[in-house]
Amino acid sequence: MSEHTVASYDKELATLSQTILEMGGIAEKMLIDAMDALVSMNIERAKAVVLSDPRLDALQRQVEEVAIMTIARRQPMAVDLREIVAAIRISADLERVGDLAKNIAKRTQKLGEARIPRAAIGLKHMSDLALLQLKNVLDAYATRDIEKAHVVWERDAELDSLEDSVFRDLLTFMMEDPRNITFCTHLLFCSKNIERVGDHATNIAETTYYLVTGEQLPVERPKGVTSSVSTGK
Amino acid sequence: MTDLQIKTDMSQAAAPSMGALANKLEVRNLDFFYGDSKALKSINLGLAINTVTAFIGPSGCGKSTLLRILNRMYDLYPGQRATGEVLLDGQNLLDPKLDLNLLRARVGMVFQKPTPFPMTIYENIAFGIKLYENLSKSELDGRVENALRGAALWNEVKDKLNASGLSLSGGQQQRLCIARTVAIQPEVILFDEPCSALDPISTAKVEELIDELKEKYTIAIVTHNMQQAARVSEFTAFMYLGELIEFGQTTKLFTSPEKRQTQDYITGRFG
Repeated sequence: MSEHTVASYDKELATLSQTILEMGGIAEKMLIDAMDALVSMNIERAKAVVLSDPRLDALQRQVEEVAIMTIARRQPMAVDLREIVAAIRISADLERVGDLAKNIAKRTQKLGEARIPRAAIGLKHMSDLALLQLKNVLDAYATRDIEKAHVVWERDAELDSLEDSVFRDLLTFMMEDPRNITFCTHLLFCSKNIERVGDHATNIAETTYYLVTGEQLPVERPKGVTSSVSTGK
Repeated sequence: MTDLQIKTDMSQAAAPSMGALANKLEVRNLDFFYGDSKALKSINLGLAINTVTAFIGPSGCGKSTLLRILNRMYDLYPGQRATGEVLLDGQNLLDPKLDLNLLRARVGMVFQKPTPFPMTIYENIAFGIKLYENLSKSELDGRVENALRGAALWNEVKDKLNASGLSLSGGQQQRLCIARTVAIQPEVILFDEPCSALDPISTAKVEELIDELKEKYTIAIVTHNMQQAARVSEFTAFMYLGELIEFGQTTKLFTSPEKRQTQDYITGRFG
C-alpha cells in the first residue's frame, strides 16, 4: 500500500498495528504461564500472570485513544477506517484473552492440592490448540493473510470438540469420588475459559478478514460434532 | 440463501441497489471537448430517480464539466462541445434543437458561490417563476413562500421579504439560491460545490435540505468534501483525468472501493 500524503497519518496507523501485536504477545504469554502454573501447581507463577494483566488493559486503552483521535482528526475512509475499526475490535478480544488467562491463574491459586494430575492433561491439549490458534491469527493479522485467518476461523470446531471430551472426563472424575468435585469444577471453568480464548481467536480471524477484504465472513461458522448437547451451549 | 447473500441484501436495504431504481438521467458514451482538448472520455452512468449522486475526484478530473453538461451550461461558451447522449426521461438533451430555457427549468443548478440577484428576497424567487408562468399575486406569494419553506429559509426571512437578497449571510444566500431553483419546480437539481464557501452550521443546513429535497427531485452534487459525499449521497462516482473510474453505492465506495485509484484518492494517498 502506498503512503499517505500526510506522513503522520501512516505513523498513527502503524502505532495501532504495533500495539495490537504487543498485546498479542502479552496475551499469549499470560495463557502459556497460566497453564504451566495450573499443570505444575506453581502458585508463584500463577500470581505473576495476574500481575501482568494491568499492562494489557493499559495497552487496550492506548489503542482506543489512538483510534478515536485518528478518527476525529483524519476522518478515515475505506481501508484506513477498517484498519482502525479492526484495531479497536482486536484489542478488545486480546484484553479478554488476558482476563481469561488471569482467571485460570486465580483458580490455580485456590485449587490447593492437585487431586487428579491427569485431569489437567486434557486442558493442556486444549490450551495448546488455543495458543496455536491465537498465534496463527496474530500472524494472519500481522501479514494481512486472509487464507491463514480463514484456516483459524474454520478450526475452532476442533477446540469445541476437545472441550466436550474434557467435560466428559471431568464429569466421570466427579462421579467416581465426590471429593473431586471442587477441584474438577474449577477445571471445568478453566476449560470454558480456554474454549473462550478460541472464540476470541476466531473473532480476530473474522476481523482480519474484514480488514483485508471489506467483507464479512458468514455469521455461522463450522460447528463441532454434538457439542451443543453435552455442554449445554 | 447464504449468509453472505443476506448480508449483501441488508446493505442494499440501507442504500437502494442500482438495478432496482429507474434512471431519471442517463449519460451514454459522453465525450466533451474544450477546443481540441478532451475533458471527458466516454462517460456512462445513470442518475437514479429521487436519489442523490455525488461526484468526487481531484481538481480537473472533469466532475464539474460533467455537471455543466447536464443542463447544457457549456453552451454559453464557444469552442466547447459534447458528443454522445444525455437522456432526461429518454429525451436526448444534447439535441441542438432543444429549448435551453425549458431544459434549465427542468434541470436546475446551484453554484459554489451564492449568486443572489441584486433585488429583494421576494423578487429573487418570483423572478424565475414569472419567466415561465403567469400567476396572480396571491398564487405567486404562495409559490415564493413554498420555495422559501422548501429551502428552510422561510422562518429567517418572512419578516424581511423586501430586504435585498445581498443582505443575507452567506449560508442564507446559498439557501436563497436553492429556493430560487426549487421555485420553478425542476425535476433534477445540480449542486456544484454548494457548501465550499459556507461555515459548518450553514453546511449542515444545506445537507439537511438536500436530504429533504431528494424526496421530490433527483440530485447530483459535486463536492471536494468526501465526508459530505459520504453523508448525503446514495451513489458516488469517482472521476480522474476525465474518466469515470468507479461508480457505485456510496456505502460500498467509501468503505471498500473496488479500484485501487479510488482507494488511494479517498484515503489521501494520491500522487
